[in-house]
Amino acid sequence: MSGMIMTIMKKEFARFFGDKRMVFTTVLLPGLMIYIMYSFMGSAITDQFTSAEDHVYAIHTVNLPDSLSALKSHESVALTEESAESVEALKEEIEAQETELLVIFPENFDAEVAAYDSLTAQTAAPAVEIYYNSVFTESGEAYSMVSQMLEQYEASLANKFDVNADAEKRFDLATERDMTGQFFSMMLPMLLMSFLFSACVAIAPESIAGEKERGTIATLLVTPIKRSELALGKILSLSAIGLLGGVSSFLGTMLAIPKMMGGVADGGMNAAVYSGTDYLMTLLVILSTVLLIIGVISILSGMAKSVKEAGTWATPLMIIVMVVGITSMFGDGAPSEPYLYLIPFYNSVQCLNGIFSFSAVPVNLAITVGCNVVYTLVMAAVLAKIFDSEKIMYI
Amino acid sequence: MEQGIGTNEMLRAGAMLTADGLCKTFKLSKKQQKLEKTTEKKKTAVDHLSFSAYRGEVFGLLGPNGAGKTTTLRMLATLIRPDEGDAVIEGSSIIADPNGVRSKIAFLTSELKLEEFFTPDYLFDFFSELHNVAPGERNERKRRLFDRFGVSDFAGVKVANLSTGMKQKVSLVISMVHDPQMIIFDEPTNGLDVITARVVTDFLQELKGEGRTIIVSTHIFSLIEKICDRVGIIINGKMAVCDTLKSLTAEKSLEDKFFEIYGEMAGELS
Repeated sequence: MSGMIMTIMKKEFARFFGDKRMVFTTVLLPGLMIYIMYSFMGSAITDQFTSAEDHVYAIHTVNLPDSLSALKSHESVALTEESAESVEALKEEIEAQETELLVIFPENFDAEVAAYDSLTAQTAAPAVEIYYNSVFTESGEAYSMVSQMLEQYEASLANKFDVNADAEKRFDLATERDMTGQFFSMMLPMLLMSFLFSACVAIAPESIAGEKERGTIATLLVTPIKRSELALGKILSLSAIGLLGGVSSFLGTMLAIPKMMGGVADGGMNAAVYSGTDYLMTLLVILSTVLLIIGVISILSGMAKSVKEAGTWATPLMIIVMVVGITSMFGDGAPSEPYLYLIPFYNSVQCLNGIFSFSAVPVNLAITVGCNVVYTLVMAAVLAKIFDSEKIMYI
Repeated sequence: MEQGIGTNEMLRAGAMLTADGLCKTFKLSKKQQKLEKTTEKKKTAVDHLSFSAYRGEVFGLLGPNGAGKTTTLRMLATLIRPDEGDAVIEGSSIIADPNGVRSKIAFLTSELKLEEFFTPDYLFDFFSELHNVAPGERNERKRRLFDRFGVSDFAGVKVANLSTGMKQKVSLVISMVHDPQMIIFDEPTNGLDVITARVVTDFLQELKGEGRTIIVSTHIFSLIEKICDRVGIIINGKMAVCDTLKSLTAEKSLEDKFFEIYGEMAGELS
């Protein structure tokens, strides 16, 4: 690598790493924020949809039949038998989230059930009414518990066969690896692309449009450095810094997703299912993608008159990248046609999709990385032209 | 009235710079057209400008605002390209060999800034690397220039925290990292307090004494009278007069001479 490129890179690193606040906000903060935010979301989801383990449900019944008297002795139920007159008052209490559940059985429920034959019946089956409040977590849970209990009782009256009755047995044969693969391959490409883009937008406009705005780039341009060396030095150093920001966000996500998903699924997510090779391939794709993103944002920044203008121009690009990122959520995994991996950004998203679903194709990975590097070199040449253009740089 | 230079004069011994027929036009935006009160879509900033500067002299470009002084110096410093014409600095053409020119000149203007995050010490080393100056030579030159301008005590202070005067001194020092023989200085004393302005003019005379060539642009008559050997008066992008300060001021003061020429040119233009 040319000495001049190294000189520019060293200067960019000195500028970035010499500013502790910038290092904190660009590299450490994104990963930390994502980790804290996702972990918080996980625990909030858990709190929202599950009540305390030792909660005792306040259930009111009218005409509780003998056949279901077991409910009275259920350890997590405080059951109160009520008269038919108090029904309206109880409904209001449930609406006001003051009590949890009201179950109304017909009078002589057991006799009516015994006399009812669904094949010959002329009248409707005996109806049980359960009043609850779905917004009130404990009420919703009490409803699920009682209706499940009633369904089991109904099934036991005319039991011909059971489906998956053995609670001890594992019937869903999806492994932790499969579940992680499915979820990560859907979500991570989009998240990663947006993290990488955000990291690059945080640094590139400041380094190029900012230097232009402050008049410091002209000071460089009157030295004998070649414009191509300046462009490459900028792109390579900014990519390395952008990579740090992107990797920080990536680590934050990988560590936080199992925590977040713990709230809504029965565990089943573990970032450790990926091998070192998977992570290495991910790093390669990320690196080549960062180069490409920095290349594009550098050109926009070179054209822009100010950091603010560069940021404004980057916004539509960010939306495009996000939309491309979403493509990993649809379709049946990563496409296999190699020519599709010539398309910038789409190639990165689909490669990541393939890696996270354990179906990465080495040829497509090589095409993606190779193309991204070539596109970056083209961007560097364009940036060099911009540095050489008096119309863009000084007027 | 225009006193351009011919090829013979260009080849005259000791010519460090020869500018020949430099032209530059700019497209005017609608907003600029309104400001300039014109319907013309182009403005000629520099119009076939020719002059030479010789070793060990200070050449002054004198003219009112908007005359084309800064555009001329920017072309000489290779920041912008002339539409026509060329200039050769120490054997390097600004068109054919801009990098050669950049390695031979120092260009100073208030528009070129130093990154405020860095210290004078860091910037000196950084620009020395860009100019391929060997570390030993760099350190010796740094020590000498820092001592000469009193920068040594502030070598480790970020430029952002320096006074305006000290910033100007640091800019001077940094522009000399590669020991250039030609110094191009746009409005050298503009915006400076009297003490820093004195430091700058003293330094320019010192550089002249070392045999270097200095080109300054200004609209301040006293500065020209104080430091210049030869003067080119630019009016509306054209070289109205190019002569030694001595012969220009033989009969009357520079200011009176300037307004005499300006009056004649204005008459020509109207």
